[in-house]
Amino acid sequence: MPEIATSNGFPTAAEAVLEFKEVELGFGQHLVLRGVSFRLHRGETKILFGVAGSGKSVLLKLALGLLKPDAGTIIVLGKEVSSMPEQELFELRRKIGMVFQESALFDSLTVEENVAFRLIEEHAPANEIRERVTEALRFVELEHTLQKFPSELSGGMRRRVAIARAIVNKPEIILYDSPTGGLDPITSTTIVELLIKQRDVYQTSALMVTHRLQDGFTMATHCYDQQKGQMVPTKGSGTNTNTTFLILRDGRVIFDGTGQDLAANTDEYIREYIS
Amino acid sequence: MPITAPDEIIKDKVLAIQEYSLLAGEAIANLFRRPRYVSDMLMQADFIGVGSLPIVMLTGLSIGAVLALQTSSTLQQFGSISLTGQLVSFSMIKEIGPVLTSLMLAGRAATGMASELGSMKVTEQIDAMRALGTDPVKKLVTPRVISTVIMLFFLSILSDLMGLFGGFIVAVTLLGLSTRQYWTSTYQQLQFADVFQGLCKPFFFGFIIATVGCYYGFSTKGGTQGVGRATTQAMVASSVLILIVDFFITRLLIGVFGR
Repeated sequence: MPEIATSNGFPTAAEAVLEFKEVELGFGQHLVLRGVSFRLHRGETKILFGVAGSGKSVLLKLALGLLKPDAGTIIVLGKEVSSMPEQELFELRRKIGMVFQESALFDSLTVEENVAFRLIEEHAPANEIRERVTEALRFVELEHTLQKFPSELSGGMRRRVAIARAIVNKPEIILYDSPTGGLDPITSTTIVELLIKQRDVYQTSALMVTHRLQDGFTMATHCYDQQKGQMVPTKGSGTNTNTTFLILRDGRVIFDGTGQDLAANTDEYIREYIS
Repeated sequence: MPITAPDEIIKDKVLAIQEYSLLAGEAIANLFRRPRYVSDMLMQADFIGVGSLPIVMLTGLSIGAVLALQTSSTLQQFGSISLTGQLVSFSMIKEIGPVLTSLMLAGRAATGMASELGSMKVTEQIDAMRALGTDPVKKLVTPRVISTVIMLFFLSILSDLMGLFGGFIVAVTLLGLSTRQYWTSTYQQLQFADVFQGLCKPFFFGFIIATVGCYYGFSTKGGTQGVGRATTQAMVASSVLILIVDFFITRLLIGVFGR
């Protein structure tokens, strides 16, 4: 019989696509992560909360192998990235999408070239590239910006292009680094709606770093209605069971569970944080 | 401003040398690995080579003319004014042509590379490239190294020719030499060793310009101020390295060829 209950409320029968085991990382004398352990399962979206400087963005870079941990193990799609040489990591990273905090679009390339970057590198046929780029840009409702340069776009549009670039080759995992950071509330809602759409339409596993509680809770309490073409409140229990939360404090995981577990948590720091 | 301990400074310098060596080694190793970014290489060749043509040609012409002018008074004392062409050709082809062209290119290309890659680094574009599964050294450094080495070779030849031409204008118009007299003396004494010496230097200098420029770009920290700092450091470091390496190559080749 499959196991059904876990520490974070997600069935362990589901395969873990990303796993951190006792990961530690420091810069100089300052220890940023102190024995961080958690699992991200296939189809799960994990919202990572934490105050500024708690190591959220660093954690994403570790998952991508952009940084190496001082101790511990990181397993991504069955491969241990913590000890993998850079040349092998390039192959693995093609299965992972990443949306950077400030979008990190290539400013000398057009929107089309930015989104197509990965496909061009993989020498995909030109017509296939065009088709997939248009599809990805249509997903973020920016198919009219193909020939524009990032500098000609607003902050929200740049973020949407970054999402299109991350999803263009249908990755198995997507990492979002503060996708709504620095945006106005209306644009933030548009971005969150896109993330919900991505989660519900493609069922991609995702790890989303944010310090905006409302974004995390919207993700957990809403789902995407494909017929209406917009996000709607989740029926039934009111929370999306595929969306879980993880809270970091001083480099340690202090909470890993569902929205309901979080709402019921009595820890003083967590109560204060989510209030 | 905090005071850094001397051992920390030494550690930083050793680390910088180690990182530079690794980057340079990787850039060379990538010559034998796929994919090869031919279009990036051509784009860089256009920027480095074609874009530098006016400044390199002007520098060559000016230095050749000045060389002829400056040496004429000394040569006149010994009644050897007819050797002006020989002196200009020896100086330009063996030393001044490649070194000066490299220094001009260091000012234009190494700084350009440091600022471009530095801006990419501080805006996380380099990380984004790695995240997209592309090796930034292969995509950004190796094409720049190949283009700089090849283009500097041809730019040095052009600079030499312009230098000879500058010397020719001065020799004919101001020193009263005939065209035949000047050009005969420029190539008469020139030997394979002299030309070889002048033509092999650009390969080393081109490699230094590209790798130093890219290294400072990749190691940029601290926003726009950091980009400015990296640009200046790239210019200074590549110029100093060119001058140091020039001495050792010259000594080595004199030892090999005996002139």
